[in-house]
Amino acid sequence: MRSTDYLRLTLTSLKSSRLRASLTILGIAIGICAVVLLTTLGEGLRLYVLENFSQFGSRIIAINPGKSQTGGTGGLLASTRPLLVEDAWSLRQLPYAEYVVPVVQGSGAIEFGRRVRYTDIIGTGGDMAAAWRFDVARGRFLADSRGGYPQPWAVLGHKVKQELFAEQNALGQFIRVGGERYRVVGIMAEKGQMLGFDLDDIVYIPVERALSLFNRSGLMEIDVTYRAGTTAEAMAERVRQRLIARHGVEDFSLITQDEMMRSLDRILAILTVAIGGLGGISLVVGAIGIITIMVTTVHERRAEIGLLRAIGATQRQIMWLFLGEAVLLALIGGVVGILFSGLTLGLLTLAMPTLPIQLSSFYLLLALLLSALVGLISGVLPARRAAGLNPVLALQSE
Amino acid sequence: MIRLQQLCKCYQLGDEPVQALDHVDLEIGAGEYLSVMGPSGSGKSTLLNMLGLLDTPDSGRYWLDDIEVSALGEEARAAERSRRIGFVFQAYHLIERLSARENIELPLVLTGNAPDERRARVDELLQRLGLDRHADHLPNQLSGGQRQRVAIARAVIRKPALLLADEPTGNLDSHSGQGVIELLEELNGEGITLVMVTHDPAMGKRARRRLWMQDGKLIKDEQDAHA
Ligand SMILES: Nc1ncnc2c1ncn2[C@@H]1O[C@H](COP(=O)(O)OP(=O)(O)O)[C@@H](O)[C@H]1O
Ligand SMILES: [Mg+2]
Repeated sequence: MRSTDYLRLTLTSLKSSRLRASLTILGIAIGICAVVLLTTLGEGLRLYVLENFSQFGSRIIAINPGKSQTGGTGGLLASTRPLLVEDAWSLRQLPYAEYVVPVVQGSGAIEFGRRVRYTDIIGTGGDMAAAWRFDVARGRFLADSRGGYPQPWAVLGHKVKQELFAEQNALGQFIRVGGERYRVVGIMAEKGQMLGFDLDDIVYIPVERALSLFNRSGLMEIDVTYRAGTTAEAMAERVRQRLIARHGVEDFSLITQDEMMRSLDRILAILTVAIGGLGGISLVVGAIGIITIMVTTVHERRAEIGLLRAIGATQRQIMWLFLGEAVLLALIGGVVGILFSGLTLGLLTLAMPTLPIQLSSFYLLLALLLSALVGLISGVLPARRAAGLNPVLALQSE
Repeated sequence: MIRLQQLCKCYQLGDEPVQALDHVDLEIGAGEYLSVMGPSGSGKSTLLNMLGLLDTPDSGRYWLDDIEVSALGEEARAAERSRRIGFVFQAYHLIERLSARENIELPLVLTGNAPDERRARVDELLQRLGLDRHADHLPNQLSGGQRQRVAIARAVIRKPALLLADEPTGNLDSHSGQGVIELLEELNGEGITLVMVTHDPAMGKRARRRLWMQDGKLIKDEQDAHA
């Protein structure tokens, strides 16, 4: 039997039960749409997050206090010594070290005259702007104190400056940070948001002053960037050895940007698969719809099956007829679902142009293949049942 | 052409076994015209389904054109059905969503003949049966007599050697029944072997050879002397 005839006969059958076929197609379309939408969004989210993280450059090692036990931020050892500013400065002398950025973060009230704004306060050193690739719009960034207690200087994020000073000149003005008087020495260029965190709503002060302001004994993190010519592993090892020499034990944890990106990528990929699987559930529902409809169809067309057998159709031909019908239902559903998800994604990018979502033809092909597979799997049982019917009984069933 | 030897078929009807065919011996020559008569439930349809390779015997043997078809597997029997046998049923068994032409060409579709060839052969047959005006009509737009003619056209489109008709006039008024019988006889006149089940003695009498069945047994086999 010719494939065009299979197609023709199957189409006449679908046409003769239009409403039922449409509903089944809709079921699959919804499933495919859910899978395409969710995986595309998941993939978009992954790219978005990775893009956000890689803007800091890739040759970064982050040091946190406490030894992580199984990666991530695990429990702290009892003997943990704080990471000191001196620890940070000592890393400067390591070969290939480029910038060293001690970090303490907190929040507090920033006052200028009678205006008050509560923002994040980051205590850091002079290398931060260069290391994190944050540009200074006006004035200068903080300077390192080199031993002595640093000057009460502050650098304002773009938004803080706007909120406190509006169009007024802020350089040289005095503000209060957590009640202490600071002089504004610089204003950062606008940076925007990163993962929902407003990078412009921050005030930067010298790390030693931040420690006493927040009443902390140690740093939250030290970031070390390094020059090209060495590997992440070698650099991490240098940092480790230096800090062990200072602390006596390994009571800190290191993570390189490479590792961080890799584990982040892995987490997000798993997330994408997981939400795609969630969409898969609706595809399963659609598949059950096909099975139900096909079982009903086979039952209703018993007499026709008997007749076809009587005029010489083989069991295999009967099976392909019904399997083809299931696959066709699923494929049409797949096409409809893809069109619909394309439309939705199109609208979504219109509404949120920053979302890095893209429909790749590879995934579309995969979705089509998936729907065909769903049709094939859900068609097998009804089709086998049709092929296995006793022709004599089937003919008697009118 | 056909030889049945001690053919048996037993059905389970509830708890009770029913001997639908009880050690049937039968020989049919090529080109014969047989009618099979007998009370309802006597096994006429079962015999026809056996002859048409739709049903399989519990025991006994069946030769069709010197092939022992009772030894064939399912797909091989389908091939033999397609090549040698045409069925006509009381209930027509036309596919309602297909036009008369599409119904008639189905056997050719199953064997993979090209559309051009199919069209030519169906056109010829439609013309011959006086159905050319109805080629594109759906079954529900046709009268009973016309439907049965379409069913007959479908049965003979592949020029089978054996035509099996199970009460072909059972659903028809006497006038269109008459037309259908004449068509079947005309086909028999061209050489096709015709076996027709009927409960109508007048119809049955027209055949040159007449079988009577009861309780699955052949009880009478009558042949016109001049045949
Ligand atoms: N598929 C079946 N299952 C069970 N019993 C059947 C089946 N087909 C036929 N029979 C029984 O076999 C006997 C012969 O049936 P059948 O050949 O249809 O008789 P007829 O065509 O002469 O009326 C009947 O008693 C019928 O009930
Ligand atoms: Mg009967």
